[in-house]
Amino acid sequence: MDQIYSALLTMSLGVAGCILYFWGSNWLLGIIFPFRGQSHEQAARNLRIASSVRPWLFLGPALFFLFLYLVYPVIDSLRLSFMGRSGEEFVGISNYVWLFNDPEFQESLKNNVLWLLIVPAASTFFGLIIAALTDRVSWGNIAKSLIFMPMAISFIGASIIWKFIYDYRPTGSDQIGLLNAFVEYLGFEPQAWIAVPFWNNLFLMIILVWIQTGFAMVILSAALRGIPEETVEAAVLDGANGLQIFFKILVPQIWGTIAVVWTTITITVLKVFDIVLAMTNGQWNSQVLANMMFDWMFRGGGDFGRGAAIAVIIMVAVVPIMVWNIRNAQAQMEDR
Amino acid sequence: MSATQTQARSSTLVQRMKRISPLTIVVHLSVLLLVIMWTIPTFGLLVSSIRDKDQLAVSGWWTALSSSEQNLIARTNAPSTQVFENGVYILKGNIAPEGESVEVLAFGSSSQDPSAFEPGTTSTLRNGNTLNVETNGDYVFSSEKEFTGSRGKRIFYQAVEKPRWTLDNYREVLSSEGLGQSFINSLTVTIPATIIPILIAAFAAYALSWMQMPFRGLLLAVVIGLLVVPLQMSLIPLLRLYNEIAMYFGVGAKSYLGIWLAHTGFGLPLAIYLLRNYISNLPREIIESARVDGATDFDIFRRIVLPLSFPALASFAIFQFLWVWNDLLVATVFLGNGDEFLVLTGRLRELLGSRGGNWEILTASAFVTMIVPITVFFTLQRYLVRGLLAGSVK
Amino acid sequence: MTGLKLTNIKKSYGKTDVIHGVDLEVQKGEFIVFVGPSGCGKSTLLRMIAGLESITDGDLEISGERVNDLPAAMRGIAMVFQTYALYPHMTVYDNMAFGMRIAKADKAEIEKRVTDAADMLQLTPYLDRLPKALSGGQRQRVAIGRAIVRNPTVFLFDEPLSNLDAALRVATRIEIANLKEGLPDTTMVYVTHDQVEAMTLADRIVVLSAGLIEQVGTPLELYNKPANTFVAKFIGSPAMNISKAKLSKAGDSSVLALPNGNSFEVPISSAAGLEGQDLEWGVRPEDMLICQDNDTELLSGSVMFIESLGEVTLLHIDCGGEDSVVAKLPGIADVKKGDQISLTAPADKLHVFDNKGVSFLYL
Ligand SMILES: Nc1ncnc2c1ncn2[C@@H]1O[C@H](COP(=O)(O)OP(=O)(O)O)[C@@H](O)[C@H]1O
Ligand SMILES: [Mg+2]
Repeated sequence: MDQIYSALLTMSLGVAGCILYFWGSNWLLGIIFPFRGQSHEQAARNLRIASSVRPWLFLGPALFFLFLYLVYPVIDSLRLSFMGRSGEEFVGISNYVWLFNDPEFQESLKNNVLWLLIVPAASTFFGLIIAALTDRVSWGNIAKSLIFMPMAISFIGASIIWKFIYDYRPTGSDQIGLLNAFVEYLGFEPQAWIAVPFWNNLFLMIILVWIQTGFAMVILSAALRGIPEETVEAAVLDGANGLQIFFKILVPQIWGTIAVVWTTITITVLKVFDIVLAMTNGQWNSQVLANMMFDWMFRGGGDFGRGAAIAVIIMVAVVPIMVWNIRNAQAQMEDR
Repeated sequence: MSATQTQARSSTLVQRMKRISPLTIVVHLSVLLLVIMWTIPTFGLLVSSIRDKDQLAVSGWWTALSSSEQNLIARTNAPSTQVFENGVYILKGNIAPEGESVEVLAFGSSSQDPSAFEPGTTSTLRNGNTLNVETNGDYVFSSEKEFTGSRGKRIFYQAVEKPRWTLDNYREVLSSEGLGQSFINSLTVTIPATIIPILIAAFAAYALSWMQMPFRGLLLAVVIGLLVVPLQMSLIPLLRLYNEIAMYFGVGAKSYLGIWLAHTGFGLPLAIYLLRNYISNLPREIIESARVDGATDFDIFRRIVLPLSFPALASFAIFQFLWVWNDLLVATVFLGNGDEFLVLTGRLRELLGSRGGNWEILTASAFVTMIVPITVFFTLQRYLVRGLLAGSVK
Repeated sequence: MTGLKLTNIKKSYGKTDVIHGVDLEVQKGEFIVFVGPSGCGKSTLLRMIAGLESITDGDLEISGERVNDLPAAMRGIAMVFQTYALYPHMTVYDNMAFGMRIAKADKAEIEKRVTDAADMLQLTPYLDRLPKALSGGQRQRVAIGRAIVRNPTVFLFDEPLSNLDAALRVATRIEIANLKEGLPDTTMVYVTHDQVEAMTLADRIVVLSAGLIEQVGTPLELYNKPANTFVAKFIGSPAMNISKAKLSKAGDSSVLALPNGNSFEVPISSAAGLEGQDLEWGVRPEDMLICQDNDTELLSGSVMFIESLGEVTLLHIDCGGEDSVVAKLPGIADVKKGDQISLTAPADKLHVFDNKGVSFLYL
């Protein structure tokens, strides 16, 4: 009970502080530059000043947080990647030299490429298929809702769910993992799936695909619905069959959305470390960059230099998408 | 062909496509298959979490509804209860545990062969003793020598095991595994970490949409760029910064305030982006009308924009809530693994390490962590979808 | 007394100039209408008066005071928008009371003003409703009511009727005319692209084109004495027919040499220097007559198209020019498609413009 009260207290303090800032700063602005009960000229001047100050009051906290939590760290990570383990002494590019000679890094890089190739492709593919299929059945919304649901589950929770599925018991005893039970039912040997090098990557990826497909489905389904009915009807008149309509008429019209879904999932893939941490913690050749970075942050008290170097590598992978996003958004705003 | 004819023909074609056909059935079946594939993992977890832990450890959850055969061991009553009848010493009783009933399928006298004899047959054991166990568990153990010792003799038998459902797993994880505490910690982290960025982002989004100011376009581009910055970039510099600040003030580096602010910072780009998309599309004339009515920007924001932006605020709130609740990385870095601060995801990860084989603990814990987000998900899905659609830069 | 004064008002967005320098003086209590084609800058001008748009250059005075730098709320104006711009989450009452609440006015005073305005606009039964539960016409009345409550010295309307259907438009137009009667001291500025609204409501009309004033005047002045071909074509429906000719004799009255060889004398004076120059002359469709025996033929051609409206007949005639000539004849004219027809008009109904399109009356 005490815990709940103190939690409630901390929470209200946190939120109240935030509210206080906005209301308080506005109130203060009104006191310093009043406009009611002033001469017209004075009031006009005060209002002008107040309205040029106010945007910055509104934006202030946001800019502060964006800078402190995102802009500054990006710059500082770059700097730290040239520093030693405590982040104090300059070591030149030796972190990067170490990195590119480190077998674990090479393996992570290889695995990450695999993840980047497979997960966005598989999620988008399943999302598209499911979106197309569910639009054609009356209970499609329920189906969508159920397939979308893994989005609400944490990566670590999902890992437990799937670890249970991949559970392995030696031959002879009853399997309690669904996959091995199925494999045994088919007459094959059960396996410790997540300990089989290379293939275990795929079993980890399945977890992320399972989670991300719902996201792809929701967006692509909206895009499919936005396609004008007439284009489909015209194709029907031209004698196209269902598959032809889907691949030659529908898909080309939503390339833009597919690209958006693809890149969004790509970014998620680069950041995901929870799954690897929970399932294998990088053993059996399943390491990825994000988990390796996490590992180096804390390994033996933490090596900030090496950790930062890995973070920079992840950032470099993201930059093209970032540029593409900004371009897109600007083009969009000019359209309006 | 006239226009109306064309239309009539196309509509019959479309109808024909929609009419029940083998294709339609295939579509229904594939959707069903996909839904099963996507829900079965979670379903298995839920079923497992309410099974008896002994059953959970030895049989798959998909067998949970059917009764199973089990090899069990019982002990006869203590030798002190033996009676001497017709020249033999006899121990009688029922092998079922107190207050329960059993259905014996077979019995034997050694662990190697618990199914040596049919129930109801009086069988002679190797040492010359005889044993009979009825289907209902009544047994008669007889021997020519007197039974000695203080404990009863062991009987090995096979019985039908009925499925046992229980909430014990939940009781255990919530109390002794510390999940209850973690639940409250998670709430303490999540609620302010959801509300604070919404407020800050809403003000910023309003400024970026409707206020006259320099560098508006540039700031917006920065926000969109930051949308994809990987969290990993921020961790090390922030961890150092937090440590320095904590040292300076002589307090611990791990605090709720620290993680709220961290989540606020990380959530802001998406929040500002989503809310700005919505707020800048509010009708311009409504805002101007308020301006003519004498409202300052603060009044307009509070009395017009905030109430009208409810759908967008709800969308982002759900996003942020799910993201913070499910986050492991930020919590580990900024709250640490101390018992008093451990959030649900952190606790789950710890259990995975310490109780990795205890599926009754893991399944129940996992489900506890999922209850809140899944409830939120199913009740507020509408807003989540809307937010997703608004959030993808097209 | 001057209610509103614009002196050399200019507006540019970055490098694009939208308003090129507008001078206008509006009397207190006057109903002024800005009219002009879409995109000519009417709304921009109105929004500068309102204080919603900054003024790039020039002076704006309301009731004798320069208000360029005054924010909208302090200019004593109220504005009615095309899309009504009601606050969707507030009841009708709250919508109307919003401005006074912001100004922290007395509760009883708010109550009184809102109920008065609601009475005046027959909105009393709807005070508790949200805007979405009202019809288009009712919404527009709420928007007007909200403006009335502010008790403005200048009342601004930006195309308030264009989102209504035709029947409601007429009804609401009459209501606005009544409102003007009821508020004799309030200056009203009304923007529309519809010249019928302009003609029926205005005390004076300001015709704008491409960011410049073409002419200011009462509706009848604009109709009878358009300052240039733009105004001539813009006011009146169907538009005035404009054709080319030469000035063969200048003086107190001018003689036009028509392309068909005829000469036509009009009672409009012209300067001697103009003699022999190209000019344009115009005649309104409703002033056109079929040539009788000794009339001078102005135009002739074959009938391409006939619109019989009952009370009048519109003839579209191909006279060889770029545009077809329209003649509006009373009753049902006995004409068939393809008929050759000669047209004339009373000499005092002709409008004459120089080669730059400026009316001889204003040279
Ligand atoms: N914010 C703006 N930026 C650039 N040009 C604008 C802006 N607003 C209006 N314009 C231009 O100014 C001109 C006048 O617009 P407006 O006053 O709305 O015309 P209207 O007479 O139809 O009301 C138009 O050509 C329009 O394109
Ligand atoms: Mg306009």
